[in-house]
Amino acid sequence: MSSNAVNALPTWAGGKSPFRVSYGKFMMWIFLLSDAFTFSSLLVGYGAVRFSFPSAVIEEISFGQDLHEKYHDGFVETMQATGVFSESHWPSPDLVFNHFPFLHGLHLPLLFVSLMTFILIFSSVTMVLAVEAGQRMDKRSVAINMFLTILGGLAFLGCQAWEWTQFIGEGATLYSNPFGPVTFAALFFIVTGFHGFHVFSGVVINVIIFLNVLRGTYEKRGHYEMVEKTGLYWHFVDLVWVFVFTFFYLI
Amino acid sequence: MSNDHGHHKETFLSKYVFSMDHKMISKQFLITGIIMGVVGVAMSILFRLQLAWPDSHFPILNWLFGDKWAPEGRLDSGFYMGLVTIHGTIMVFYVLTAGLSGTFSNLLIPLQVGARDMASPFMNMLSYWFFFLSSVVLMSSMFVETGPASGGWTVYPPLSAVAEAMPGSGLGMTLWLTAIILFIVSALLGGINYIATVLNMRTKGMSMNRLPLTIWAFLLTAILGLLSFPVLLGGGLLLMFDRLAGTSFYLSDIYMNGIGAMEQTGGSPILYQHLFWFLGHPEVYIIIMPALGITSEVIAVNSRKPIFGYTAMVISLMGISVLSFLVWGHHMFITGMNPLLGTVFLVMTLIIAVPSAVKTFNYLATLWRGSIRFTNGMMFAIGLVSLFITGGLTGIFLGNAALDIALHDTYFVVAHFHLVMGSSAIFGMMAGIYHWYPRMFGRMMNKTLGYVHFWLTFISAYLVFFPMHFQGLAGVPRRYYEFNILPEFAPWLDVNVFITLAAILGGIAQLVFLYNFFSSMAIGEKAVQNPWSANTLEWTAPVEHIHGNWPGEIPTVYRWAYDYSHPDSDSDFIPQNVPDKGAPEEVSYEPVTPVAPEEKETPERVMFWGLLKNWLGLTKA
Repeated sequence: MSSNAVNALPTWAGGKSPFRVSYGKFMMWIFLLSDAFTFSSLLVGYGAVRFSFPSAVIEEISFGQDLHEKYHDGFVETMQATGVFSESHWPSPDLVFNHFPFLHGLHLPLLFVSLMTFILIFSSVTMVLAVEAGQRMDKRSVAINMFLTILGGLAFLGCQAWEWTQFIGEGATLYSNPFGPVTFAALFFIVTGFHGFHVFSGVVINVIIFLNVLRGTYEKRGHYEMVEKTGLYWHFVDLVWVFVFTFFYLI
Repeated sequence: MSNDHGHHKETFLSKYVFSMDHKMISKQFLITGIIMGVVGVAMSILFRLQLAWPDSHFPILNWLFGDKWAPEGRLDSGFYMGLVTIHGTIMVFYVLTAGLSGTFSNLLIPLQVGARDMASPFMNMLSYWFFFLSSVVLMSSMFVETGPASGGWTVYPPLSAVAEAMPGSGLGMTLWLTAIILFIVSALLGGINYIATVLNMRTKGMSMNRLPLTIWAFLLTAILGLLSFPVLLGGGLLLMFDRLAGTSFYLSDIYMNGIGAMEQTGGSPILYQHLFWFLGHPEVYIIIMPALGITSEVIAVNSRKPIFGYTAMVISLMGISVLSFLVWGHHMFITGMNPLLGTVFLVMTLIIAVPSAVKTFNYLATLWRGSIRFTNGMMFAIGLVSLFITGGLTGIFLGNAALDIALHDTYFVVAHFHLVMGSSAIFGMMAGIYHWYPRMFGRMMNKTLGYVHFWLTFISAYLVFFPMHFQGLAGVPRRYYEFNILPEFAPWLDVNVFITLAAILGGIAQLVFLYNFFSSMAIGEKAVQNPWSANTLEWTAPVEHIHGNWPGEIPTVYRWAYDYSHPDSDSDFIPQNVPDKGAPEEVSYEPVTPVAPEEKETPERVMFWGLLKNWLGLTKA
């Protein structure tokens, strides 16, 4: 290859990004790529452990009123006694995550986690609105939507805290699990905990950005790209939750 | 640009310790890497003493490790395992990942692509300090009461997951894991920065097809690290919980005397191996690819010829990168995997031989009929090619599942990886140090001592690792503590003595290097700006290091990096920033500022202490 041949090819003019993004946003993208691999490793680990156990046969369980009544007098014990919860079967999430605050005694499978998921996804919507307002340089709207996003994140974390408390209250820890194999509880705590840690970090970052918005830092700077960058992170955390939700609650 | 920074008063701390200048950070990586390398090599010589003379007593061991770990001068068996483990960890992660890639990516990426500094100098500094912290935590593992981590550098569970499994599984193992997690953070911070800098911060005219091969290698290395280290992070977190919190991700059904020994059940130790080797295999390419990139550059410069097959070199690097993620199972052929899966991993593994062979043939073709200058760097680069071929050939044996079942965990494996990624990467690193020493320190290293260093190292590398092939073929297992107990291995004791003597020779050779390296900083001949008559941009920057690399504008690039002995030119090299003679202004560049967008407003550009003061509200922002 002679130098002339090389020169004949289109060349790089320097000073701007090949992907039309600033290096800061580009770095956020590739950080998220690597973080996706961390979550993947945990979820692959989950898959490997999950499928080394057969699923519980739930067709034999009678749902409805029957279950509702059993719930009061020791739902978990009944399930253990009937063999629905056993150490050799992976439990059905429907029977594990069936509580809702202030609605004791009702069998409401996955209702609460659906609410959590809705809250988190809704906070993504407000994040998008904040980013969009930033592109219009509308400081007030950015601030309002950032605030709503922070509220959504905190609400999600609160929900997660309630769910953990409920789960722990029923006897689940990192090394014990009344619903089935101990690894079920351990994986639940590790993966949702790792995700919750991401949400928590996201809330902290959002608060910092929110304060900067209020102080007018980005208005002076002439653009709201930092809001966009945190937005990327926030959407990523939501996207990961979709996978965590699917693997832990739906499958 | 450099004048813009005149108002920052450089203190000792901001210039040498918490520096955000990529050139200083690269020196920090190099010196830390060299210190870790000295420790790692010294450890290997100490445990080789035990292998050669299992029953002898060495007062030096007692003096070094005390009565507990070397009673009467004979290594304790647990401590022997600890030394092997820490030696492997240090050499793989601390010397050949951080010391090699950290040093040269930091030094060369901004200089060779024509950037003022890394995309984020602040993250770059954090990357070094996480690495430093990680080194300290790892070394502290040597000093805890239960001894260093001793489950081998791969730390397979259950030895690593059950704190009571053996002394080294205690606190030493926890510290090992902590160190690796810190190391991963460092590697990710560095890798993100390297990728962003290469892709976003190139100077005018530095299109991807004009990048020096060093930069291609560093870029792909960073991508490999970015995608594989997080998986070890996940795996390491789970292992940490198994150790400290009573979970059982990697533990299942451990029986002792027919009784279930543990309450932790339900996990799978093989899961750890999959997660580990998903990092572990790309990791060996993270180690060797920067060395290959350095070799490409050094060989082309010193053959005074364009690199043969530039495009093929880039494509083969890409091929290696992609394939490296698809072959991790070849470390696990004996875990009872499905033979079909084993076959898939076997085929993928053998395909890697193709891009590797493309690279070696291209090196040979570049050397062919070149006007070769046997500089120290060139000697080591050619040495790399030799060791890479020798070690690579045995990879074809080990990649075969059927052969691997016999050869697994024997000295054949030890010989293979020490040649193909251990010694060759060290040779690549040495080539880089000798070649870019004038760029780093403004002085030349002593050439005669360099030759002594090269020949002693080259000869001892072969003398140490070649006999191990025969040991391995005869079934001598690795990681054994004393070879005089089993009569089957007694004939190999003499070979062990030979290998140990050769290893001591190799260790002494490194003393020559250390003397040369450190003394040349003070008494070496002053370097000229472009001592090797090389084309790449780092030699257009002034010898003394200045913040921002170039005093004026960043040079514009008009050609690729390998115009050596060009027939149209009177000079035998045409640097990348020289326009074609008589050629019309070939590209109508958009007017651009040499600084990257956002540069002025990014707080990371403020020196660390200024940043801290801003946060604390000590100065008016």
